[in-house]
Amino acid sequence: MISEPAAIQVEAVSYAYGERPALRDVSFQVESQEIFGLLGPNGSGKTTLFRLLCTLLPIQSGQASLAQADVATAPEAVRRKIGITFQAPSLDDRLTVRENLKHHGHLYGLRGSELSQRIAELLEHVGLSDRINETVSKLSGGMKRRVEIAKGLLHRPEVLLLDEPSTGLDPGARHDLWRYLHRLRDEQRVTVLVTTHLMEEAERCDRLAILNHGELVALETPERLRSSIGGDCITIQTDDNELLRKKLADQFQIEATPIGPQLRIERENGHELIRDLVAAFPEEIESISLGKPTLEDVFIQKTGHRFWESEDVE
Amino acid sequence: MSSTSSFSNSCLAVFSLTQREIVRFLRQRTRVVGALGQPVIFWILFGAGLYGSFQPPEWASADMTYQEYFFPGVAVMILLFTAIFSTISIIEDRREGFLQGVLVSPVPRSVIVFGKLLGGTVLAVGQAVIFLIFGFCLHGVGLAPEIHLDLTVLDWCQVLLFMCLLGMTLTALGYVIAWPMSSTQGFHAIMSVFLLPMWLLSGAIFPVGASGWLSWVMWLNPLTYGVACLRRLMYAGAISSNAVGLPTLGTSLIVTSLFGVVCLILATYFTARRSSLNTR
Repeated sequence: MISEPAAIQVEAVSYAYGERPALRDVSFQVESQEIFGLLGPNGSGKTTLFRLLCTLLPIQSGQASLAQADVATAPEAVRRKIGITFQAPSLDDRLTVRENLKHHGHLYGLRGSELSQRIAELLEHVGLSDRINETVSKLSGGMKRRVEIAKGLLHRPEVLLLDEPSTGLDPGARHDLWRYLHRLRDEQRVTVLVTTHLMEEAERCDRLAILNHGELVALETPERLRSSIGGDCITIQTDDNELLRKKLADQFQIEATPIGPQLRIERENGHELIRDLVAAFPEEIESISLGKPTLEDVFIQKTGHRFWESEDVE
Repeated sequence: MSSTSSFSNSCLAVFSLTQREIVRFLRQRTRVVGALGQPVIFWILFGAGLYGSFQPPEWASADMTYQEYFFPGVAVMILLFTAIFSTISIIEDRREGFLQGVLVSPVPRSVIVFGKLLGGTVLAVGQAVIFLIFGFCLHGVGLAPEIHLDLTVLDWCQVLLFMCLLGMTLTALGYVIAWPMSSTQGFHAIMSVFLLPMWLLSGAIFPVGASGWLSWVMWLNPLTYGVACLRRLMYAGAISSNAVGLPTLGTSLIVTSLFGVVCLILATYFTARRSSLNTR
């Protein structure tokens, strides 16, 4: 099979706001018809990267292209091929849903009955057909977001960029959104790039790039990322962590990591180890649990700190 | 894409943005009332208050009242303030997020500028026309003296066309001022230290003197030429071309157009620059 050219190509991109660096030497590729996630805490640089890709910020160093058009030198070609859903709304509150979509269509050269048809079609997809004449200010946050998504798709973009799309969505609506994104990928062959700080969303991407302090720290499928951690995570609760840690090292040659009031062990076939541990230390262990590693575990391992402890880039 | 279809796409986008600008304005009732009410009140009150102390300039007929002198000045005030205020919406658009949606669309940056300018111009000229009609009607109810204009339909068309040019120029000026601002408070400061004096020193409210530093400031003020041009067109040739303190029609047209073009180029340049100012 001949592979299609990459939908998004980011090559050694760095960016700084004045003296403050926000991205450092980030490179990756997003394949065509892939749902690609940029995962990172607030301040990790993912929104900066998003803004560079959607041509709002100037490329300072490195190179980026979308749908084979260079972001720095051919912004109009890029703009024509991408659809964007911003984190902050980009709708005019005083206009109706139809008016907002109509003006947007006009900016992309759509007009007349073709445009009306497209608006009706997309509002049906996002379940807002009955709100077409409603003023945007009267819609709920979740509905506005759905209009926003319809707006991003109006001109049939090849690549859809979404910045924190589920901000303000309840779990049900979030679920619907992701089902819709998967449908877009499968039926309309759209490539999707989505930034998120939610592990649950990251799980649903085909591939993930994890950003931390403006640097790319991991790039893989969610499953591979999780399995890179070495099987299972065993968490042990004891009276005296230090004592048990020494005993584990002596008797089992196991390196346990203290995290908060607990000890953590990463291990293949954790269920077998648990059996042995419980047999060996019936007195010391108060509780013990076995879990599959989560993306948060991956983040901890890759960056050496917990997801939420990470602050803005200095 | 062929160049004709990309031109028609650009026109479509300009008209769409213009239409939005007008619809937004009309949906804000208070803006409609404020934009017309204040100049009319100014006109009546100043006219009544300065009635006795006004001396018509050399080029005017001796029986010109202050209110009549002030009449084109108020029209320019309406053009200036509506045009400028309509560009405050740039700051609102940016804050509300609408602007970034427009900036990531494939339209040429000049389309974004023209959409805004055309919207502002239509609003400004529309209100100035309403004021002109209203001004004539006020005479009927005794709130204003008679205004001695003797114009043909063609003369009125010239007045209208020039008001469009001036409206466009002033909206472009507003665009250039509003674009780099992140808050509307800053805009209000510019308004009182720059735009209001610009109008006061344009010959709109008192004639340009023959000498002195004030007359120099007035000659350097681009709006002086806008006011002069409107005056000359409204008196259709009745004012002599070498009248003291009033630039000629040709000079006025050239200065107004040039000023407009400079603002337009700056506006397009600002809009084309990618900057973190436009993100939110």
